[in-house]
Amino acid sequence: MWKYIGKRIVYLIPVVIGVTFMVFLIMNMAPGDPVKSILGEQASPEAIEELREELGLNDNILIQYKNYFLGLIKGDMGISYKSKVGVAEEIGARLPTTAKLSVIAIAIAISLSIPLGIIAAVKQNTWIDSLTMFVALLGVSVPVFWLGLMLLLFFSLKLGWFPVSGAANWKSFILPGIALGFLSMASIARVTRSSMLEVIRQDYIRTARSKGVPYNTIIRKHALKNALIPTITVAGLQIGTLLGGSVLTETVFGLPGIGRLMIQSIQGRDLPMVLGCIIVFTVAFSIVNLIVDIIYAFVDPRIKSQYT
Amino acid sequence: MNTKSELILDIKNLKVEYRTDDGVVNAVNGLDLEIEKGQTHGLVGETGAGKTTTALSVLDLIQSPPGIIVDGKIKLEGKNIRGLKDKDMESIRGNDVSMIFQDPMTSLNPVMTIEDQIAEVIEYHESGGYKEAIEKTHEMLTMVGLPPRRGKEYPHQFSGGMKQRVVIAMALACRPKLLIADEPTTALDVTIQAQVLTLMKNLKNQYGTSMLMITHDLGIVAEICDKVSVIYAGHIIEHGDLVDIFDNTRHPYTEGLFNSLPNLQDRKAKLIPIKGLMPDPTDLPTGCPFHPRCDYAMDICTKKYPEKRYRNDQHFVECHLYDSDNIKRGGVIKRG
Repeated sequence: MWKYIGKRIVYLIPVVIGVTFMVFLIMNMAPGDPVKSILGEQASPEAIEELREELGLNDNILIQYKNYFLGLIKGDMGISYKSKVGVAEEIGARLPTTAKLSVIAIAIAISLSIPLGIIAAVKQNTWIDSLTMFVALLGVSVPVFWLGLMLLLFFSLKLGWFPVSGAANWKSFILPGIALGFLSMASIARVTRSSMLEVIRQDYIRTARSKGVPYNTIIRKHALKNALIPTITVAGLQIGTLLGGSVLTETVFGLPGIGRLMIQSIQGRDLPMVLGCIIVFTVAFSIVNLIVDIIYAFVDPRIKSQYT
Repeated sequence: MNTKSELILDIKNLKVEYRTDDGVVNAVNGLDLEIEKGQTHGLVGETGAGKTTTALSVLDLIQSPPGIIVDGKIKLEGKNIRGLKDKDMESIRGNDVSMIFQDPMTSLNPVMTIEDQIAEVIEYHESGGYKEAIEKTHEMLTMVGLPPRRGKEYPHQFSGGMKQRVVIAMALACRPKLLIADEPTTALDVTIQAQVLTLMKNLKNQYGTSMLMITHDLGIVAEICDKVSVIYAGHIIEHGDLVDIFDNTRHPYTEGLFNSLPNLQDRKAKLIPIKGLMPDPTDLPTGCPFHPRCDYAMDICTKKYPEKRYRNDQHFVECHLYDSDNIKRGGVIKRG
């Protein structure tokens, strides 16, 4: 097991290399010039040339990437073109906000979706099932930013229960957490329902019933653990979606998180900052995937036996 | 005839339907079945004849929807058990009546250790905690020929035959009065089949358990059953003891079953399969449901369902070929 985990962490290295290189290429191909966005359109050609040289932008892209990567190995993520602050510092300051938002969102999503999915499956074809699946359909259909705006309009502006913007205290995270978690909640609930429906028709559920085990106990003890495998997979993928969703949510709710930082950096062609954000997301996503794979092993002994 | 008190299971006029979008499947159509205490009762028939549905009805385990028991009485030791409350039914399942399912590969929970699965049934029906249940589980495992130390393993670590032993241990853990075995050896290799059958036979003798043995294999019937009922399209069409059924076969369908067995003495002899297929249970033929496949079908067979004709006090057949006289004289059909 530990060997497996170690192996997976080593695999992170090529992933980070690949992702950063792709971003390097894309940012280079994208229209717009970082120097112009720093100095403004009226800057003299000499000043532009000077700054380009200073930032190393005149070098071949492969050399640029090599220099960046050598720095990265030493733990240097570079300095923002725009704010002249160290990328690592800036990200470090904003990471807790995004982390809090993501944790709240996924906690809301998981704690609601799994019970809802189970209830819908057990009460299949009743109004409870229909209602749950209608909410789930809404969840996957409604865009995060729209839901965020509606929540803001109603709870912050009209009722005044929550702050409109900023990350002053825990209250600031409730609405963004709901907006962000709702989408994941819906997807996870749908998968839980369908895998639960499949599991409760399995032979071993009938065996459990033939033993005289009460139905509710069967659902809890026999069916749930088997139905969780697809649910965990989707929950893991949803955390990825959630990281993407945090970009929009942070923008709508004015939270100073990494998602918003990334958007601003992309607009300003602030390459080191964009790369820094991307690395954080990549590592976070990979670690989540690793955690998901480890959880599998605890849920299903058949998977555990493959990890040795 | 037996008095009712000697019967462990008494099913009268059982009717089970599966109401699907494509129509109503008439799986069991007025089935009568009596099992005497301490006996092994074989229920023989083709796939789709209603064997498993009958068995599941006894434990009220028919998947519902779409399945529904429409009519009939099911009595266990003279007490009605049809339509009991969930809680009362749960105290019967696994305790008074337990069941061995057809496919051991899928009938164990893949994410629970086998000892926990066996201990669960003991915990539910017997006083004493988990520790005692595990102790008893280990006794059961030893009895079915598995080392108790393997109790902590999961189903995927066992072979098919071993899994069926686990299922048998589970079914017998609470010393049920009636054991329903639904084709317990169909999914197993022939060598393992013999082992499992011997095991079941020994355990049955040891505990005096009554047994309903569902099978399509006449060899198994000959080996372990005392009484045999032949089921076709949800009716018992012939019933008797081994001598009645094997040596004094009366129903053309039962005859057909024997004719479709290979004859080891004369390997050049042609197999005579029963022509045609099981009728579509959503659209059963009128009269006797076997008449479209029967070589002896008469006019009346298409119109009226035949009544029971008794050859002796237990052997009966439901077929228009017989009246109370000619049934005693001999079969109309010559076998292979």
